[in-house]
Amino acid sequence: MSADLATTVHLASPEDTAALAQALAPLLQPGDVILLAGQIGAGKTHFARAVIQARLSAAGWQEDVPSPTFTIIQTYHDGAAEICHADLYRLTDADEVFELGLADAFHDAICLVEWPDRLGHHAPGNALRLSFAPGNAADARILTIESSSARWDRVIDRLTAPAIEGR
Amino acid sequence: MTETLTLLGLESSCDDTAAAVVRHVPGGAAEILSSIVVGQTDLHADYGGVVPEIAARAHTEKLDHCIEAALQAADIGLSDLDAIAVTAGPGLIGGVLAGVMCAKGLAAGTGLPLIGVNHLAGHALTPRLTDNLAFPYLMLLVSGGHCQFLIAEGPDCFRRLGGTIDDAPGEAFDKTAKLLGLPQPGGPAVEAEAQGGDPGRFSFPRPLLDRAGCDMSFSGLKTALLRERDRLMTEGRGLHARDRADLCAGFEAAVADVLSQKSVRALEAYLATEPDNPAFAVAGGVAANLAIRSALETVSTEAGASFVAPPLALCTDNAAMIAWAGIERYRLDLFDDMSLSARPRWPLDRTSPALLGSGKKGAKA
Repeated sequence: MSADLATTVHLASPEDTAALAQALAPLLQPGDVILLAGQIGAGKTHFARAVIQARLSAAGWQEDVPSPTFTIIQTYHDGAAEICHADLYRLTDADEVFELGLADAFHDAICLVEWPDRLGHHAPGNALRLSFAPGNAADARILTIESSSARWDRVIDRLTAPAIEGR
Repeated sequence: MTETLTLLGLESSCDDTAAAVVRHVPGGAAEILSSIVVGQTDLHADYGGVVPEIAARAHTEKLDHCIEAALQAADIGLSDLDAIAVTAGPGLIGGVLAGVMCAKGLAAGTGLPLIGVNHLAGHALTPRLTDNLAFPYLMLLVSGGHCQFLIAEGPDCFRRLGGTIDDAPGEAFDKTAKLLGLPQPGGPAVEAEAQGGDPGRFSFPRPLLDRAGCDMSFSGLKTALLRERDRLMTEGRGLHARDRADLCAGFEAAVADVLSQKSVRALEAYLATEPDNPAFAVAGGVAANLAIRSALETVSTEAGASFVAPPLALCTDNAAMIAWAGIERYRLDLFDDMSLSARPRWPLDRTSPALLGSGKKGAKA
C-alpha cells in the first residue's frame, strides 16, 4: 500500500466535472470503488452520471441514469462490466450494505458510491475517494482526490496531468 | 371479459408495504374492497427523507400482516380470490424480492394464478381504476423517485414521451426541505412554507425549457437554492422566516413552471395522435401539491383535454393499483409463473433503449 495521496483539482463548471468523469470512465475495471463525498448539490450524482453514460455510450448504448436516492442502488451493464451506482444517504445502519448486495458488488462491479460515510468500516480500503467542495464561483468546485492504494496512482496522474494544482 | 374478478395486490417496492383487494364486474366500476398501507411516516421527521426498509425479511413480516388485514377488511378469504398480483419492480431490491417471494408462496399454496406488475404501470393505470378512463390518455407520473410523461395506449402498452434526466421533483422537494431546515417529508412542508412567500423574489432556473421534447431536469434547482441560501446566510447572518418562505415559493414556482410547460409539449404530442376523448391524468405524491396541480389543470384545460387526478391515497404508493393492474393483465391473459423475478430496474416503455444490467447480481437482483 502506498502512502495516501491527496490531489486537488479546480473544476470551473459542471462541464469540467463531466470531462473529468469521462476521462476516468475508460480507466475503470470491475472491483474499482469510487467514493463520492460532498454535501447536497456538490455534484456527486452529476459526476457518477457522467461516468456511467460515458461507459454506456462507449459500448454504443444510451440510457437514463436517474438519481439513486430513492432506490438506493441502480445497476447498469456496459457489456464489459457491471456498474453499481449507490446513494447511501438514507441508510441508517452500515450493515445494510450486505442486504443491498453492495459488499459483493465491491469485488466484481465498478461501484460509484455517494454518501460513503454511511459505509462505516465497510468502506473498501482500496477505494478512490473524490470529495467535492464549493469553489470560488457559483458553479465551480474544488475536488480532492485521495487514495491509499497503488491501483490509483497512475489513474490520478492521468486525470490531473493538465489541471494539477498541488500534491 | 364477462368474468367478475377479485384480486389481491401486493406492493413493497418502495418504503411502504401494502396489500389490497379489488373487485371488478365487467361494465361496472372497480371496487376497492380494502387497501392497507403500512408506512414509516413516524420515522421520517428528523431524518433527511424517508427511512427505507432495506431488509427483505422486515418487508416479509409486514406483508403477512398487511395481507391478513386486507383480506379481513374485504371480508373474504383466499379462496374467494381469482389471482395474486404483485409489484415485481422497479424499486428497492429487498422490498421487491420480499413481495415477489410472498406472492409466489401464496400462488403455490392456493393454486391461484400469479401476475407480476410493473410499479409504474400500477400508477399509470390508476385513472382507469378511479375514473374508468379510456385509452389512449396522457399520463404524468411525478413522485419522489419518478418523473415521466407517458401515453397509455393499453394495459401493457406505454409510450414514454420524456422524463427527468436527473432528480425527480419529489426528491427535490425533500432535499429543499432538508437544506432549509424544514421537516420531512419535504413536499407538504415546502408547500406550506411557500404559501406565505413571494415566488418572484428569487429567480430559479427552469432547465431544458428551451429544448424541444419532454425531458426535464431538477437537479440544478437544488444547487441554485443552496447557493441563494448560503448567500442570504452570509449577508443576513442567518436565514430569516421571510427568506425561507420566499425561497420555498420560488422553488415551488420553478417546479410548477417546468412541469406545466413540459406538459404543454406532451399534450401537443399526445393530441397529434387524435384521441377521441383527450384526457390528461397525473399520479404520484407530487401531484398532491396544489400549486402544481392547478398549473397542470390549467394547461390541460387550455389544450382541450379533461384533467384527471386520482385521490391522494391512490396517487401515492398503494396496493389497490397493483390489484387493478393485475385485473387488467388477467383480462388480457397475461400471467406469470414461478420464474417471475424481481427487477430493480424496469422501464415501462420497452421501445426505449435496451434494458441492460437487470437481473445481474450486483444488487442481488
